[in-house]
Amino acid sequence: MQVTRRQFFKICTAGVGGSSLAMLGFSPTAALAEVRAFKLTRTTETRSTCPYCSVSCGLLVYSLGDKAKNAKSEIIHIEGDPDHPVNRGTLCPKGAGLLDFVHSENRLKYPEYRAAGSKEWKRISWDEAFTRIAKHMKADRDANFIATNDQGVTVNRWTTTGLLASSAASNETGYLTVKVARGLGIVALDTQARI
Amino acid sequence: MALQSLDIKARSATTTPSPSARGEAVKVAKLIDISKCIGCKACQVACMEWNDLRDEVGDNFGVYDNPRDLTDQSWTLMRFSEVEVQAGKLEWLIRKDGCMHCADPGCLKACPSPGAIVQYANGIVDFHQENCIGCGYCITGCPFDIPRISKKDSKVYKCTLCSDRVAVGMAPACVKTCPTGAIVFGSKEDMIHHAEGRIADLKERGYQNAGLYDPAGVGGTHVMYVLQHADQPEIYAGLPKDPSISPMVALWKGITKPLASFGLGLAVLAGFFHYMTAGPNEVEDDEEEHTS
Repeated sequence: MQVTRRQFFKICTAGVGGSSLAMLGFSPTAALAEVRAFKLTRTTETRSTCPYCSVSCGLLVYSLGDKAKNAKSEIIHIEGDPDHPVNRGTLCPKGAGLLDFVHSENRLKYPEYRAAGSKEWKRISWDEAFTRIAKHMKADRDANFIATNDQGVTVNRWTTTGLLASSAASNETGYLTVKVARGLGIVALDTQARI
Repeated sequence: MALQSLDIKARSATTTPSPSARGEAVKVAKLIDISKCIGCKACQVACMEWNDLRDEVGDNFGVYDNPRDLTDQSWTLMRFSEVEVQAGKLEWLIRKDGCMHCADPGCLKACPSPGAIVQYANGIVDFHQENCIGCGYCITGCPFDIPRISKKDSKVYKCTLCSDRVAVGMAPACVKTCPTGAIVFGSKEDMIHHAEGRIADLKERGYQNAGLYDPAGVGGTHVMYVLQHADQPEIYAGLPKDPSISPMVALWKGITKPLASFGLGLAVLAGFFHYMTAGPNEVEDDEEEHTS
């Protein structure tokens, strides 16, 4: 670039003048320093239970929207419930990362069925799934139910099917799970929290 | 602008005074009790979740530290040290590293960009990335080597002590999640009191040198540690014993900067008087033709 002596002085004058004006306070207003806006204001707070282990920590699930007719909810944050007697607001690293568990691409959201010998998983409705499970359970129970033992004592055992219960179940759900399983004669009853 | 959620006590590269008419805000502090930490890293996860950060999945390099170092996405990091304090007595010391929120912040002093680093009246030191020019002076100025520059946007990030949560009366995310209660949060006064109780307890259990880490070299910190061996903080993954702001920062910002400004002003003044007394240089017509 060719700059004449005169042009050089003009550039210098403009530079000094500009920076002097800025120093005197005629600069554009700088962005004001303010803390990041609190992201949970007016979100919907929902109580829930952590699904991971049998400790069953209480959760506060925060979602966008106030449940108005046209507002679609979306979970944006999860933290511990301070009023829950089990964890009193705290969460372990797994619980603290629940947001990504909710939004995981690998998360199973509906029942799927893979026929014997097939490589494909096929989406089925909840009704179909429950009916299929019930049919299989009944067939297996009818075939393998043990009403009495060698001595002729009534035992009512069903040893060929096991039940794996949820770890996020509350005390009451746990009670009902045991009632249903034992009522059918299921011996192998456990919760996924122990795995 | 209207009243802010937190008053600003100090602002980087700013000479105009900060608002100070309103009474002193309660100074907050986070206390990390290293003797209670089990290294579960719930604090690391909660920090990323709250601050919308997601670091890359790290790798194993022989110790439990993951990631290997603080990053622009990991504002806090558990540092695991296996130390034989006494011969034959191995101790596994786990320190939650992150910004100490110094009362006299070296990063703020070193920062040349107005408003990129601010200190709130409650003691929190916060970075405002929209004003950050990515020079990295704050990294040099930090006695604890905490700020990290992002490769994505060339701006510097670090722990904010969840200033957004604290401003609305909540505890920082790491504090709330801690399952063992190793991290507690409250007024600095209360935290010192809480630490005294813990130190007395540790001393009873045979840790004669247990103490509080609240280094005076940086004016005290708003993140404090309870150490089992307060006489040798270096064993906790290199926690500095007597941290202070680099003398280069003090020299540059304290002496050189005003001197240079003075020199610049003097040169302009001298130039003006020279113009008034000696007048402008006369330019010959043919000289101009030669140069263009």
